[in-house]
Amino acid sequence: MSEKTPSKLEKILRQGHLAVTSECGPPRGSDPEVIREKAEMIKDYVDAINITDNQTAMTRMCSLASCIHLKLMGLEPVLQMVTRDRNRIAMQSDILGAASFDIYNILCLSGDHQSFGDCPTGQNVHDIDSMQLIQTVRLMRDEGKFLGGDEIARPPRMFVGAAANPFADPFEIRVPRLAKKVAAGVEFIQTQCIYNLDRFEEWMKRIRDRGLHEKVFILAGLTPMKSAGMARYMKNRVPGMDVPDEIVKRLSDTPKEKQAEEGIKICIESIQRLKEVEGVSGFHIMAIEWEEKVPEIVRQAGLYPRPSL
Amino acid sequence: MIVGEQKPLEEIWEMVKPYKKVLVFGCNTCVAVCHSGGNKEAEILASLLRIKAKQEQVEMEIKNSGIERQCEHEFYEPVTEELNWADLVLSTACGVGVQFTAEKLATTPVFPALNTTFMGAVDAPGVFTERCQGCGQCILAITGGICPVSRCAKRLLNGPCGGSSNGKCEINKDVDCAWQLIVDRLAALGRLDDYEKLTPIKDWSNERSGGPRKMVREDLQQ
Ligand code: SF4
Ligand code: SF4
Repeated sequence: MSEKTPSKLEKILRQGHLAVTSECGPPRGSDPEVIREKAEMIKDYVDAINITDNQTAMTRMCSLASCIHLKLMGLEPVLQMVTRDRNRIAMQSDILGAASFDIYNILCLSGDHQSFGDCPTGQNVHDIDSMQLIQTVRLMRDEGKFLGGDEIARPPRMFVGAAANPFADPFEIRVPRLAKKVAAGVEFIQTQCIYNLDRFEEWMKRIRDRGLHEKVFILAGLTPMKSAGMARYMKNRVPGMDVPDEIVKRLSDTPKEKQAEEGIKICIESIQRLKEVEGVSGFHIMAIEWEEKVPEIVRQAGLYPRPSL
Repeated sequence: MIVGEQKPLEEIWEMVKPYKKVLVFGCNTCVAVCHSGGNKEAEILASLLRIKAKQEQVEMEIKNSGIERQCEHEFYEPVTEELNWADLVLSTACGVGVQFTAEKLATTPVFPALNTTFMGAVDAPGVFTERCQGCGQCILAITGGICPVSRCAKRLLNGPCGGSSNGKCEINKDVDCAWQLIVDRLAALGRLDDYEKLTPIKDWSNERSGGPRKMVREDLQQ
């Protein structure tokens, strides 16, 4: 498959390397240093950096501006875009804005419900859904057209991604749902954090049975646990998260001051194991407010140095 | 039917207390079914307000009345006198009825006693749940008869989102995930393969976004 965009992430994946991405959450304020500092910590260890879009519906600096800061540092951003907050006019407009800064990657999401964030009394938009956002970006890129049908002067050139949660319900449509995203035009997938490796491998097997791994690059999502408390919280409180008991136990059996280290170890072991899974094209390491640990994880998982193009 | 919920008495009292002749005006169709604003509820509310007025030592006269439906002209005739008597009409109809009544009374204010909540069904005695938002372009045929516009918290046309868990929506464990219901229903209908068909981007111009809606049936016009 030849490249369709100037995206570095696309190039690395199409050349058959295991890609590594990570993410940074923008600050709840306007200081660009926050985003630059986080990026600085991880930049040599990842191929691209996702910038979240008001994650958990907490108002933050916008993803687009943060991506521009990364771009100005010479880095490769992945613009996350949720359909919760903007209608089709605003989203197409932001896509063009991003394209004007040569941002080459986009991740299409529906976004957490606003009741989780700091504006629970606000409206949500959901004019189109994440599946339709994938279609929209592909239309804009491949046909050079707006949803309204008019021609775009200098269409965006974006490698189009989406999320997938192998662990969410209903179980019977986990694979069909991915097939649907592929049909919509998605090119890469970053998965929900994986702790239940058996269940993930079962999902991958079904993906391979349908040949979907040949149509989309799948980056396995990982988040290191900082403590047994965090593991319990993720297990019990975060919808759509599957944390097996043995992970919780392993962390609780570790003395408190060593739990973070153990969490990193689990993360590295998971990567080692998932590297062997056919159809896994890379890793998306989401070290939430713990970006400084990304280099260590990448190194110890044998993913360093990153390919230079 | 349209479901409504009576506002807290304190809030109603704040609205009515400056007036001297208050007519609590019931609507005996939809909002009677949910026991919020029928003629019986209007009567009860009037009594509560009389007690309240007494407690607060405010002088006012409070009457109650009601009609079959406040959203149709034909029912108003018998209550003309009562409506004209009042210096405030407190309507226990849905928002449609409140406005329709107000259109008949050029100089008398008409206030709402209910919060109009949704179009829904009577799930069980005392339990009402939303089913439709009147989006103007019904897609129930492709979603197994379950409406994602009104029943998915993100109105996803190609759901579910990643937050669906054990059949429940990410917003609340008491709310069914519409997409779990859709998938189950498609499976029961032997149509699970249809799940993979992409639902196209919706034309929202037929719903609220397109501005106030109007339907004209020439064959019924006189
Ligand atoms: S699709 Fe539209 S018209 Fe049909 S039930 Fe849902 S909101 Fe109502
Ligand atoms: S959990 Fe289900 S109902 Fe709730 S927002 Fe997600 S798809 Fe919609």
